[in-house]
Amino acid sequence: MRYLPLTNANRSEMLSKIGVSSVDDLYSAVPVSARLKNLVDLPTHASELSVERQMNGLASKNTVAGSVPFFVGAGAYRHHVPATVDHLIQRGEFLTSYTPYQPEISQGTLQYLFEFQTQVANLLGMDVANASLYDGSTGCAEAILMARRVTRRKKAVLSGNLHAQYREVAATMTQFTEDNLTHLDPNPSNAQADLDALKKSIDGETSCVVVQNPNIFGEIMDLSDLASSCHDVGALLVVVVTEVVSLGALKSPGEMGADIVVGEGQSIGNGINFGGPYLGLFATRQSFVRQMPGRLCGETADANGKRGYVLTLSTREQHIRREKATSNICTNSGLCALAFTIHMSLLGETGLKKLARVNHKRTVDLKNCLSKIEGVDVLNTSFFNEITVTLSKPANEVVEALASKNILGGVPASRLYPDNSSLSNHLILAATETVTDEDIEALGTALEGELQ
Amino acid sequence: MTIKFSEDHEWISIEGDIGTVGITNYAQNALGDVVFVELPEVGASFAKGDEASVVESVKAASEIYAPISGEIVEVNGKLDDAPDTVNQSPRDDGWFFRISISDTSELEGLMDEDGYDEFVKGLE
Repeated sequence: MRYLPLTNANRSEMLSKIGVSSVDDLYSAVPVSARLKNLVDLPTHASELSVERQMNGLASKNTVAGSVPFFVGAGAYRHHVPATVDHLIQRGEFLTSYTPYQPEISQGTLQYLFEFQTQVANLLGMDVANASLYDGSTGCAEAILMARRVTRRKKAVLSGNLHAQYREVAATMTQFTEDNLTHLDPNPSNAQADLDALKKSIDGETSCVVVQNPNIFGEIMDLSDLASSCHDVGALLVVVVTEVVSLGALKSPGEMGADIVVGEGQSIGNGINFGGPYLGLFATRQSFVRQMPGRLCGETADANGKRGYVLTLSTREQHIRREKATSNICTNSGLCALAFTIHMSLLGETGLKKLARVNHKRTVDLKNCLSKIEGVDVLNTSFFNEITVTLSKPANEVVEALASKNILGGVPASRLYPDNSSLSNHLILAATETVTDEDIEALGTALEGELQ
Repeated sequence: MTIKFSEDHEWISIEGDIGTVGITNYAQNALGDVVFVELPEVGASFAKGDEASVVESVKAASEIYAPISGEIVEVNGKLDDAPDTVNQSPRDDGWFFRISISDTSELEGLMDEDGYDEFVKGLE
């Protein structure tokens, strides 16, 4: 007999208490067209061999990133992950790398999380980093919530050149909070104008300004002036980094005066994995540490003076403080953080700088190739490993045509901003160390053909 | 000067139309070593029962409620650097904030020292 702790009577009592008539009503936020009406029609059984054959058939319909010229970025980046990383994260000691609820008996887990935090804090140029969050976008929303707790103000201003999906996640996560978000319009051709607009929109009621560097269109900015403008009125500067490899070449957000830095850590140690699981990086100043969401590992000494690791400041977490916790996301992406830590340890500071230089060089080559093509205009005045171009045709049509020739030629801006018709010809392309000269040449030739 | 106590183990000492608020010896003992106190902003207004501060010990983070309605006129900045003052001197140097008293009738619902001692005995 199965043990079912929830009876139908329990269920209807709970539903009536919260004022809905059925479990289906709880899914009202999911569009009807996206809901499954009937179960998928599957055969009752099949042999392992035939299931494997069928699955392989389905998988072969995908165009795998590593098998074709690949220029897709816009928040997720294909990098080479050394085989050592996968080998080490699969060791038995690390298999259940979730931060445990009786943490101190898992010194190995706490030690790598402590080292992860140290790497992230150094990389982002901040005092203290947490043991990771789910991904960059939820980290960004958490930063907005944290800025409200620190400043006791509710108005957050989001740059127009912040990743559109980060903006949407922030809007979703603040839907039922007191936060009031202002979204500026995207400005692919003038990043400075976006910064000026941000400066104009802050006042004594602003909790924070959220800005991405390099921005969604690949442009790099010095945010020091914006940081001063924020601090003049007591607002915080939240900087989002979606490509952490860029920090091997660029001034860190901390050096530019950021108060909270959030990042997508997928680029280091983690594959693009169809969009997840990813790795949220989150760092801030020491003075704000008690308002920081998530778990935090600390180093201490035991009764015999030996080094040991603990989970610290747990009194702010949800399993102790319930609804008053700093966040209801106090878990972390343990395995992805482990992969990040191992890859970063293998790279070291010198390796990360080299990797960043190779990425930039590849993108310089890409830009030089595209600049020569009629019908293509490169918009960037600066960039790291990603650029935005305008085409003489709608970018989504061009990208589809390239895909049919087995070239994944970037992300049309219209995918991110479907309602903004002024961006329909804009194409965002990334080139990492995985891109070869032949890949760039193939893209250039195919693009030339499409735009004739 | 009169002093009153709440069931949340807070004390308020009243001088004219200003009340000074802190936590009792029983409360600091139950919390253990206090490591952080989050104080309200001067000028902030609270209704009776609103969350006005947070006190964090090695064991727990707990809310401090406004025992009466009013506006914060002063906070004990000393607690930022020395939160353990709450343990050492809960009834004196370890005060949290001063609040203007807008409605004296709200004080009637609070206990006097003997009443609070009885209340604590009942908990043991």
